[in-house]
Amino acid sequence: MSPQHSAYLWLAQRVTALVLAACVIVHLITMIIAVQGGLTAGEILARTQGSIAWLLFYSVFVVAIVVHAPIGLRNIAREHLRWAKGADIAAVLFGLLLLVLGFRAVWGVFS
Amino acid sequence: MTDLRVSVWRGDESGDQEYFDVPRKENQTILDVVTYIQRNLDPTLSYRYACRVGMCGSCAMSVNGVARWTCRTHVDKVCDTDELELRPLDNFPVVKDLVCDMQTFFNKQKKAGGAFQGSKSRDDGLAIIKPDSKGRMAVDKAIECIGCGVCYASCDIIKWNPDYLGPAALNRAWTLVEDERDTRRVDRLRAVSGDAGCHACHTQMSCTQRCPKLLSPTHSISGLKREVTRAALKGEI
Repeated sequence: MSPQHSAYLWLAQRVTALVLAACVIVHLITMIIAVQGGLTAGEILARTQGSIAWLLFYSVFVVAIVVHAPIGLRNIAREHLRWAKGADIAAVLFGLLLLVLGFRAVWGVFS
Repeated sequence: MTDLRVSVWRGDESGDQEYFDVPRKENQTILDVVTYIQRNLDPTLSYRYACRVGMCGSCAMSVNGVARWTCRTHVDKVCDTDELELRPLDNFPVVKDLVCDMQTFFNKQKKAGGAFQGSKSRDDGLAIIKPDSKGRMAVDKAIECIGCGVCYASCDIIKWNPDYLGPAALNRAWTLVEDERDTRRVDRLRAVSGDAGCHACHTQMSCTQRCPKLLSPTHSISGLKREVTRAALKGEI
């Protein structure tokens, strides 16, 4: 990997870690508040369906995960499984999987 | 005082621990113990030392599983029982007994751009650098490395990725990146990046914990990560 790409990957992982820290806190607080009156699908959908704010929030959350997690897994695959090019391919594929599953879920609770 | 039961690695990459009984004394260093064995019990034991006062970086070895400089490590400080296990440093090829092959370690310093390249000749005046300037203070914190290899032996990343440049080489590079007289900054930043460079460090800080000179290679590596990233964003590397 070129010096430039290596630096970009490092920066992308750090920046998305910051975003994730904020997103996880909001998500956890929402969960704690949401379960106070019992947890039902209806209650969740009532909050999220048609809400542009929650759509944007969870979209940012998914994008941050899609960038952050595969970079970390790539490092693990390189160091512990000794994968070289295979780690890059596997990380990209895993990122695409997260992207599809993540946005499927986000759209599912919005529409 | 009782005898120390000392187990010493004998062989090269393959070999076994051999046991020796060494009289325990006050103010005895690990290097004293090894020297006693070589001079009184087995003259074929190989180990490396030079200055005996913590300056040359020759005598490091693994003492009860922890990499240490042996000339400045007292037995009393590291040995609660009467048993001592001495092995060559981890992450280095073994030449014989307690002697490691340091070639890769020093080659990595070269690979990381560890050689200073100035723009002035000996006929030019001395560079004036303020002691309290930001760069000089950063260099001060990292400059006393003696190349003992303790940080390299303590680094898990090297175990996982043998190509990783390692804490000493990156620490050296950092002192030059922050040296305002040096002219190879961009080349060096390029040399210390990539999958085997500074970004591979997980900030586990074993190097910083074990450095006998109390340096913080972790801090230096963090500085390199920032500088490499800045250079990448500016399109310099």
